[in-house]
Formats: sequence, C-alpha cells, structure tokens
Amino acid sequence: MRFKSLAIFLIISSFFLTCILSIWKIMATLQGLSFTNLNVTPIFLIGILLSLAFVLIGNKINHLIKIFSLSFISSILYFYLNEASPLWYILGVFLITLFFTNKLKKYSIQSLKEDFISEKIIFDFITLFGIVFFAFVILFPFYIMLVTSFKTQIALLVNPLDFSLDFTKSLTELFKSYFVIFETYNFGRYILISSVVSIGTVIVTLLFAIPAAYAVARLNFFGKNFLSTSILIIYMFPAIVLVIPLYTVFSQLGLRNSIFGLLIVYTATTLPVAIYMLQGYFKSIPKEIEDAGIMDGQNWFGIILKIIIPLSLPAIASVALYVFMIAWNEFLFSLMFLDSPKSFTLSRAIQYLSGDAETPRQYLMAGSVIVTLPVLFIFIYFEKYLVSGLTAGSVKE
Amino acid sequence: MSVSLSKLEKRTAFTLVLPAVLLVFAIVLFPIFANVWISFKDIELKDIRIPEPRAKKIVKSIPENQSELKIIYKLRNSSLIQEIRNVQFQDKLPTNVSPINLDPRCNFQSKKIVCNFGNWQAKYRENFEIIIQSNNGEIIDKKIIKSQKPILSGKADNPLLTTNFTLENFKKVFYENNFVELLLTTFYFTFFGTVGAIIFGILAAQLVNQNIQGRTYMRGILLFPYVGPVVALAYTWTLLLDPNSGTLNALLVNFNIIEQPINLLGQKYITMSILGFEFKLRLALTTVIFFEIWRYFPLAFLFILARLQAIPQSLYEAAEVDGASPIQKFIHITLPQITAIISILFMIRFIWNFNKFEDIFLLTGGASGTRTLPINVYQQGFAVSDIGMGSAVSIVIVMLLLSFMIIYFRLIGKRANEI
Repeated sequence: MRFKSLAIFLIISSFFLTCILSIWKIMATLQGLSFTNLNVTPIFLIGILLSLAFVLIGNKINHLIKIFSLSFISSILYFYLNEASPLWYILGVFLITLFFTNKLKKYSIQSLKEDFISEKIIFDFITLFGIVFFAFVILFPFYIMLVTSFKTQIALLVNPLDFSLDFTKSLTELFKSYFVIFETYNFGRYILISSVVSIGTVIVTLLFAIPAAYAVARLNFFGKNFLSTSILIIYMFPAIVLVIPLYTVFSQLGLRNSIFGLLIVYTATTLPVAIYMLQGYFKSIPKEIEDAGIMDGQNWFGIILKIIIPLSLPAIASVALYVFMIAWNEFLFSLMFLDSPKSFTLSRAIQYLSGDAETPRQYLMAGSVIVTLPVLFIFIYFEKYLVSGLTAGSVKE
Repeated sequence: MSVSLSKLEKRTAFTLVLPAVLLVFAIVLFPIFANVWISFKDIELKDIRIPEPRAKKIVKSIPENQSELKIIYKLRNSSLIQEIRNVQFQDKLPTNVSPINLDPRCNFQSKKIVCNFGNWQAKYRENFEIIIQSNNGEIIDKKIIKSQKPILSGKADNPLLTTNFTLENFKKVFYENNFVELLLTTFYFTFFGTVGAIIFGILAAQLVNQNIQGRTYMRGILLFPYVGPVVALAYTWTLLLDPNSGTLNALLVNFNIIEQPINLLGQKYITMSILGFEFKLRLALTTVIFFEIWRYFPLAFLFILARLQAIPQSLYEAAEVDGASPIQKFIHITLPQITAIISILFMIRFIWNFNKFEDIFLLTGGASGTRTLPINVYQQGFAVSDIGMGSAVSIVIVMLLLSFMIIYFRLIGKRANEI
C-alpha cells in the first residue's frame, strides 16, 4: 500500500515538474534561445530523484536548507543534462524547483500511509498543474500580442521564435509601431470615436434604463409580467438577424457611417440587460424608504432622483461598466454600418487594417494592444463590480 | 382616492417604461419582423436606395459666340429597376441671362428654368441641353453658371415597400448552398463549443475553489479572454496559428513534434489515425471551436464558481467524517449542486454560440468548412449582395432559436426560479 502510494507520488510530482519546466523552456525559446529538444525524459528522472530524496530526508534537516540544497543540486544536474544554456535560464530552473520542492512540504513517508492518499496526491498536483496550465493558455496569446507589437515583420519572418526585446534601442525605436499607427493610420481619431460612442451609450442607456427598471421593480401596470419576460427573450436574440433590416433602413435614413446611428443601436441592444440588472437591485431596496419620500410629498421623479439613484450607485456603476465594455468591444454593427474611415471605431479600424495583406503584423498587434488595454484596466480595477454585473447580466429571471 | 392613485401609478409607469420600450421595439423587434417582409422579396443590396433623379451639369462655351453658353445636363434615374414619376427640374440663371429655344417641357420665368420631365423608366438616361444667352451681349462667367446646382425631385416607390413577393429566397436557402452541411456545421460548432466551455468552466472553477494563494488574481486572469475585444483576440490567434511564421507552428516544428507546419485555420480536413483507424477531422472548424471554448469558458467558470462557493462547507466536513474520497465528494456533493446552473448555462451558451458571428468571421471568414448560419447571413446579404436571401437565412435562424427557447422554457424554465 505504502509502496503504491509512493510510486504514484513520485510519478505525479515529477510529471508536474516536467510540465512547468517545459513551459519555462518554451518561454525561453521565445526569448531567442535555440533549444531544439524538450528533453522530457531526463527532467522526469530528475523529478523522481528529487521527490524521492525529499521524502527520504523527511524532517532530519531544516526545511529551508533542505529545499535550497535539493533545488541547487537538481539545477546543476539539469545544467549538465541539457543543451548549452545561459545563466538566467538555469536561475529560472532553480526558482522553479524551489517552488516545486516547497509544494512537496506536506508529504513525508508517514503521510503516504493516510487514507485515499493516492487520490489526494493526484488532486493536489492536478490542481497545481491546472492553475499553471490555465494561466499559461490564457496569458500566452496576450503575451504574444504585446511582444509582437514591439517587433518588426522582417525580424519575425526570419526567426518566428525570437520575441526578445532589444532594450538597447531607443524608446522611439521600440514603440515605433505605436507611433506609426497614430501618425499614419489615424488611431487617435478612432480612439476618440470609440470613447465617444461607448461613453455616450452608457449615458443614454442609463437615462432610459433607470426609469424603466424602477417601473418594472416597483409599480403595477398592465403588461408588466409580459415586459419582464420579453426582456430576457430579447436579450437572447442575436444581433446577426437584426443586421439586414437595420442596414436597409439606416441606408435610407442616412444613418450609416454616423456615430449617432451606432449609438442608437448600441443603446437599444444593451437596454434589456441594463433594465434587467437594475430592476433586480431596485427590488432589494426597502420600500419603507420610498414611502417616507412619498410622505414628504416627492413625486416619482423625485423618488428616483433623490432616493433610488443614491442608494443604488454600486449597481449603476456595474451596469455602466458592463455596458461600456459591450459598446467598446462591439464589432458586428460597426462592421456593417461603418464603411468610411472617417467614422471608424477602434475595432472596425483594426479589421480594416487587417484587410490589407500588406499591413505589417506589428501594426495590427499594436492596434490590438490599444483596443485591449482600456478594457483590461477597467476590468482589473473594477473587477468586483464587473463580476457581479456579469453574473447578474447573463442569467435567468 | 385609491382609484386615482392607482391610475396615477399606471400613468407614471407607462411614462417611465415607454421610452425604453419604444427604442427597443424600433431597433430590436421591428427588424425581426422586417426580416419576414424582406425575405419574401427579390431585392439586392444595390436596390435598397429609394430611386432619385440625378443631373450632372456640364457647361461648354461656344467659340463662335462669346455671349452664349451651352449647358448639358446629364440626366438619369439612379435606379436600375424602378421608375420615377413626375420628375420636376429647376435651375437658376444669373440676372441678364436667358435661355434660347427652350425645350417645350420647360418654362423660364423669374430667372428660373422649371421643367416637368414626366415619368422616367428604370435606367432612364438623357443628355438635356440648353443654350443660354446674355441679354446685354457681355461674356457670361462660366464659373457662376457652374456653381449653381440644379434641383430635381420626383416620386418613386420605396423598393422595400412594394408588394411583389416571391418564395424564391426560401427555395434557394433550402435547395442550394448545401443547406444540410450548413446546418451540420452550425450544430457541431454550437454543441462542441458549448460543451467544451462548460467542461473547462467546471475544471477551472474546481481549481480556483481550492484554497490556493492568489485566488482572486486567478479569477481575474481567467476572465481576460471573455472581457477582451474580439477583434484583438481573434487576430492574435490568427497570428499565433499562422502556418508560415506563426508561433505555434514554429514551436512545434522546432521541437520536432510535427514535421510540416499545419494550416490550422485554412485546412478543411486533416486525416488522423488512432489505433489504426483513419478518420477525417474537420480541422479549421475544430480550431474555431477551440477559440470559442477559450473565449467563453470564463463565463461558465464564473457561474459555476459562484455556485460552488455557496455550497455549505458542512456537507464536505460530514463526508470527510464518513471517509469519502475526493472523487466521491465531487460526484456525490459537488455535482448535484451544480447541475441546475450547468443546464441553464448550457442553454444560454447554446443559443449564443448558435448566433455567433464575429469569432468565425474574424478567424476564417467562413472559409475551409466553417460556414455557419450567421456567417451565411452575412455572405448572402453583403458578399453576394442578395438582401432577400440574407433575410431568409435570418428567418431560418429565428425559427430555430424560437424552438430552442420553447424547449428551454419547457425543460428548465421552471427550475431556473429555484436557484
């Protein structure tokens, strides 16, 4: 029994070590190191030796001394078994093994006797592996986007694996793509248009949504239930089926290529979800507070303005951010309605750039970084509000 | 008193709701019904403008006579299919200038030439000429004449509002363009995209729900693909997967995992052999599905995580006492608690994936076997410029969607309120 769990422990832990070291190797390859072999077997063997040594030593020496010395020995071993590599790479290997041995902390010969220990080992390492895996898979494209914007097309065609940045170059040289897209491709204008459209959408949506949500949450009127069900159904309806009729009508009304036209469409498509999110919050405000307002002789307008809005600022903020992100990221309508570069939004401008096969990819990626950064910043900064907004906005009555 | 109060309440409610309802009606509901109308019409992109009479003015000097000028109006009907009725024409002349031998259709009074051209057939064209003469024998300034633009007006039917209908569009949708394959591709994409996103969502939620350090950061990072702009993400993936100098292919070739770069987004089929069985995999479609999973598993993750965090810890503690293994805990405690949210997620994501346009459009443009119904709406309506056909495909989408929704409300609608 103890032998079996020991074997599982050794295999799983070394498998995990092999995975992170391979990812490290891939990342190093992208810095221009010319590795041509993943060398999985030796790393796996090192992992097994390391884990075995770890549980055999047990508590005989201080934990810190133990992990440092073990990591150091394995790094040296790794250095000799691997292709020629610079010092910073081996330092990375050392830090990774340090992290790894520290994770082994709770295992010892004694703990391998516990119930279900094999399952627990598997779960533990799958968790660790999963986190590394997910983080890598998610962040890798963003990383490529960012570094490509600092490279040149020619350099990437010569060696598509070299993403190392040359910091000896001047800053203007390094940020050249950004200067080019602002100067040659007019991105300043597109940023302005995108901001105007998105912020405008937020304002107009809130103006329409707050009264409507209040009515749905508080007042009794004919067709109220029908209205709240249709909000959800409308939210499910796809933009693509609206496109052709809207295109024809907008063409005849001269609303294509106009920011105003885009604003109307964005507002109408985000209204259902905004109303839905807000009315849920309004319902949670105690009715007594409003009754007090009615006693004071407030009309409904006053109640909304003086009681409801101040009390539901967090909800309004999360709706505003959510609507802003939808409008900022929107692509389909801007593709259909805008065909003059004068009125492009950022997304449409990037798509337009990519339509020309001659456009060097670093410009495309610089544009992508510019359109992505604001949303990511807003998201990171206001994550708490946004997450509650996302959860409320996407599901059920 | 109470009657008037409830009346007042109703009136207030309507004033509060009406602006939003009207806007949504105009932009969301009206187009859905308009689709039905357009789908029965034989109409192309170039026909949607209301026909209007147009005139291009050309001014020519007459060498023999300096005090005269020839004006040519190139008149035409902007529409190739519709007539314009009762076309009126008007142009102004400067003082002391008058036309000679004016066309019988026209009048000249108080410095204006006014003509009544009657009805113009579709494609109508005419070079209409006027000779003008200076009354006092001075040379007429050509620029002044040229700067004055003629005004034309006429009555024409809006091509969208005519009442000639046809079933041709629907016939074409079902019998041409490989409708069955289109439908199958759409269902593959929708189904596997949805299931994949939910499976990865469960895995990620299970991971983040463990007591790990930096769990809030992890939750933030996991949501990046969902909040990022689709244009930026799709182009990054295109670059990453590019067969010629894309990072992924370069890495795989570098580490000798594959011999030749694979065109992941441009190749329709790839032949795989597993245990001696050879089968064809829809390569480009699979790649697009992976992008879809990558982009939308965060949403599933978020909901499942919220649900997981609401499960009382005491359940797990009780199981611990009973000696349950981690797998048993997952199957007997966690899974039953999240089935409801999973079924809702499945339906919502299924409907949304079914409608997905941008992702496929940006990655492959619908080539290499990735043409789904929404892509087909775009291709018919704007690439082939057959608006009627595009609308007919939209109607097919709406019909399928409605049936999904009916199924949804029948099966899960009641349960949704329990959560």
